[in-house]
Amino acid sequence: MSLLETVIFAVIKMLVIVVVMFLTVAYSVYFERKISAWAQNRMGPNRVGYRGLLQPFADVFKLLVKEDIVPDAAHKPLHTLAPFIALFVAFATYAVVPFGPSINLFGYDVKLVVADVNIGILYVLALTSLGVYGITFAGWSSGSKYSLMGGIRSSAQMISYEVSMGFSIAGVLLLSESLRPIEIVNAQYGWMWNAVLQPIGFITFVVSAFAETNRLPFDLPEAEPELVGGYHTEYSSFKFAAFFLAEYANMIIASCLIVTLYLGGWQIPYIDKLGLGETLTVILQVGAFIFKVVFMLFFFIWVRWSIPRFRYDQLMNIGWKVMFPLSLVNILWVAVLIMIFNL
Amino acid sequence: MEFYDIIFYLFALITIGSAFVVVTSRNIVYAAFSLLFTFFGVAGIYVLLGADFLAIVQIMVYVGGILILLLFGVMLTNKITSVEIRTGTVHLLPAAIGIGILFGAIISVMLWTNWNISPEPIPPSTTANIGRELITNYVLIFELLGMLLLIALIGAASIARRDKE
Amino acid sequence: MVMLTEFGKILIFIILAIVFVVITLFLNKLIRPNRPTYEKKKVYECGENPEGSPWVKFNIRFYVVALIFLIFDVEVVLLFPWALTYKEFGVYGFVVGIIFLLILALGMAYEWRKGDLEWARPEPKPPILDDLLNSNKSEERKK
Repeated sequence: MSLLETVIFAVIKMLVIVVVMFLTVAYSVYFERKISAWAQNRMGPNRVGYRGLLQPFADVFKLLVKEDIVPDAAHKPLHTLAPFIALFVAFATYAVVPFGPSINLFGYDVKLVVADVNIGILYVLALTSLGVYGITFAGWSSGSKYSLMGGIRSSAQMISYEVSMGFSIAGVLLLSESLRPIEIVNAQYGWMWNAVLQPIGFITFVVSAFAETNRLPFDLPEAEPELVGGYHTEYSSFKFAAFFLAEYANMIIASCLIVTLYLGGWQIPYIDKLGLGETLTVILQVGAFIFKVVFMLFFFIWVRWSIPRFRYDQLMNIGWKVMFPLSLVNILWVAVLIMIFNL
Repeated sequence: MEFYDIIFYLFALITIGSAFVVVTSRNIVYAAFSLLFTFFGVAGIYVLLGADFLAIVQIMVYVGGILILLLFGVMLTNKITSVEIRTGTVHLLPAAIGIGILFGAIISVMLWTNWNISPEPIPPSTTANIGRELITNYVLIFELLGMLLLIALIGAASIARRDKE
Repeated sequence: MVMLTEFGKILIFIILAIVFVVITLFLNKLIRPNRPTYEKKKVYECGENPEGSPWVKFNIRFYVVALIFLIFDVEVVLLFPWALTYKEFGVYGFVVGIIFLLILALGMAYEWRKGDLEWARPEPKPPILDDLLNSNKSEERKK
């Protein structure tokens, strides 16, 4: 293949993934509203389209035609840039998530991942550390006390949990011996899922993922009763929509990562023993990946309606005094496990 | 000019341009913001050199850690009522001489070094090789790095504590 | 002939993301109304006029947390290459890693012991019936 052909091929794959991504983000909003309604015994969105199925598009369109109000006290360039940093970071992470094994399509061997980078997991971590900027700049540039407090709280929270996230991932790397997401999935063949082998790491990673995405019970940066809207108090119109979409995109990416790192990615235990055709196997595996991700999304929403918000000191204590030592214990556990069983 | 070169010059331009903004900006937060792009440009150049691990470390540590610390420092500084700062030029001549000597030293080292151009292709992933080196040849340095970080941690925390009191 | 590496794909993806963001921003600018008023342009502060500078002073703890984070971030980065090659070295690799982790844990224990990880805890005072009665009495006496 010539360079141009490869580039066009890559761009097509990216566009497909971007469109799928937008649809999933839009429908995860709908999904969340429906489940919230169900948890609270009410109807949820049901007017736009059949059973409210077109609601997400109505929401985004409404935000697109709203007036954009920027306070005079704000620093305009940063105020405009901040939501897009958040959105950009959320979407750039999708580049390394593997949705399934390679498939044979029109004579080409297509990998179901945008970029199969050999340091994929580190790329994710680097982008996570970038995610802090959108929120910090939003908080600082709004020129509002609520925004600033939300922004600075949020950045302290995110960096605290990033540490335990990094150490949890080190536990996964001990077993996979590769930073390539595809290899990490392949290392979890059969029932050798990391969630089974290293349950402590699984728990610390999931909790850190909740904190990194600012989801309840860790949504301190936008705690409504005390900070109005937190860092997006002064945002409206599409800039608000950008933050909103970024939050859901982050939630989906977190679910994808949990599935890839701990729940075996697209693996279905012993599916290759059943003697199914190759295409059917791949389709089933992609289906399994989607099923696991949807389950994790449901789990995110479920937790939201089950656990009340933490106080800030509790949040920091959980991060540094519980999750951090536990992730160290997890590394030790995995190291000993490898020594004993020669995994 | 090859495609590779175009990308290299693009990254170099980002690095130098944003570094220029860092120095000249009147607003500390804007300066920090442009520093973000400087670090990115450097990370991009590392990727082009095949140093993938180093590139990611550059982003994780410099962008994700040091710059955040800088921003917190700016936000915490209580003496600054507004974040606008006045940068004046003092001691222009000594600075120019100092920078000239440094620049000359870097250029001369660059020109005189007998660059060892490796005949082997760049390995697909440098991370595992770095790990192997760290565990075997540089194991003492690896542990000493741990000690160094411990000292840095204790020192930094005690300075911050003294300020509080 | 130039090969497109996986990093090249990431670069294309990032450029696509930036182009996409710019397009939506431009589209938004075209169709949204713009009727600013004085009231709208004020910063939200529960309907009151904003008081003082919005850039308020912060607790030093945020800075200390960022410091501690920076150190541990570097340790995580150093630990990754070790984790990748751990299986190749057996007991020797285990010992190397454990010493590193112990040094790390020592730093953690120091921070913990010195109280750098403590955050202010709210101390709610539940009203006791006697207090309420006494305060009522004193108020009556004032009258």
